[in-house]
Amino acid sequence: MSAPRPPSALSAARAVLYKELTLERRAPQTLTAMALFCASAFVIFHFALGRDEVEGALASGVLWVTLTLAALLGIGRSFVADREEGGLDGFLLAPAPRTALLIAKATTLLIFLLIVGVFASLLFSILLLGPTPNAAQWASLALLILLADLGIALVGTLIAGIAIQTRARDLITSILALPLLIPLLIAVTKASEPLLSVGGGTLAWRWLALLGLYDLIFGLLAYALFDYLVED
Amino acid sequence: MASTEPAVVCSGLVRRYGERRALDGIDLTLQQGQTLVVFGPNGAGKTTLLRVLSTLLRPSEGDASLLGSDLRKEGWKVRSKIGFLGHQSLCYGDLTARENLRYHARLHGIGDAAARIEAVLEQTELSGRGDERVFGYSRGMLQRLAICRAVLHEPQLLLLDEPRSNLDPAAIEQVEPLIGAAVGRTRVIASHDPAGGLAEADLVLGLRNGAATLLAPAAQVTTEQIAELYR
Repeated sequence: MSAPRPPSALSAARAVLYKELTLERRAPQTLTAMALFCASAFVIFHFALGRDEVEGALASGVLWVTLTLAALLGIGRSFVADREEGGLDGFLLAPAPRTALLIAKATTLLIFLLIVGVFASLLFSILLLGPTPNAAQWASLALLILLADLGIALVGTLIAGIAIQTRARDLITSILALPLLIPLLIAVTKASEPLLSVGGGTLAWRWLALLGLYDLIFGLLAYALFDYLVED
Repeated sequence: MASTEPAVVCSGLVRRYGERRALDGIDLTLQQGQTLVVFGPNGAGKTTLLRVLSTLLRPSEGDASLLGSDLRKEGWKVRSKIGFLGHQSLCYGDLTARENLRYHARLHGIGDAAARIEAVLEQTELSGRGDERVFGYSRGMLQRLAICRAVLHEPQLLLLDEPRSNLDPAAIEQVEPLIGAAVGRTRVIASHDPAGGLAEADLVLGLRNGAATLLAPAAQVTTEQIAELYR
């Protein structure tokens, strides 16, 4: 055997990402729970609002509240497999950069959120949405989902990294994540509103820019803090 | 070993959990190739000492260096030189044994890991079940897999917390070439077996309430002295 050399952050991140996706493929608990939550929430909204169709600000609110709460499920499960039999310690004992864990966990969460985002948007358009978005509006909505999910994945991984070292981890995830996600939620619901309105509308670029800025800030914060959070 | 630098040096090592001092001013020096066996009742600080030396826990006070690298400042250097075996396997239940070992090999930057993985699985007689998911393994099989993981990157220093627990006599023989004295690696072993532990020790550390109540070359220690730690 040749002498081991500490892996690069990208190489270690690939190893962790492959492990994460293999675990979810073998026991698809997170994606199933998130998708089921979205479907249930739309049914509840349907009866709670007492209407067959929603549009505009209400449609945007229903869609993003549902996606955000579903994301909390995913965030809460980010490190569950790592707690059983000490998998996180296995990573921490390796000479791999801690950033690799952030990259891999955030990417895993982003992949899950995108899958659920596509599923939930299609289901929402079938079950609740009044207006039928055209191709350009779907494309804009897809861009919004990508940017919002990136922000949620970064904040979620940061929070999950804090929570993993505490006993009240389930509580901490919700308590810390929701307030931090408020600016993102405001931006994405405002940006989605015209796309889900009768008569249609175009994407408000300033909200899109705010989403991009949010992602950048929390990306830098996560990069700067994550090493310290996952260690003792 | 070419270097004569001590493998482990601890100076006034303290680790607190809140107000409680789980390690209370440990001073010790272990030379390369030697085996330190740590005895002490439950809660004495054995596991905490191993976790501090493995970089999983930070010392609250004092200094420690492993193979010339400072634990606080050069943790990343230390990690490539140590193999840690704790109470948990550090393996994922929904991955197979081979997948778990491949994962750890990649995290340790082992380039050509396949042959090494097969060698350790063969040695522990797990190769026939290496493609089964680990959640179906017995505790003994899981312990053998954990040993494979701990030695996969051929570390210079082994930190072993009750390494033979859950193993039957045949399995104990199987793992000897990986973690036994004949390997020639420096070892720090936490043990509850006075006779067995003393037989493989060069240096004995007895802990009680986090403090070192016994630190002496194994040749000068009797099993009665070790038994006294548990009374």
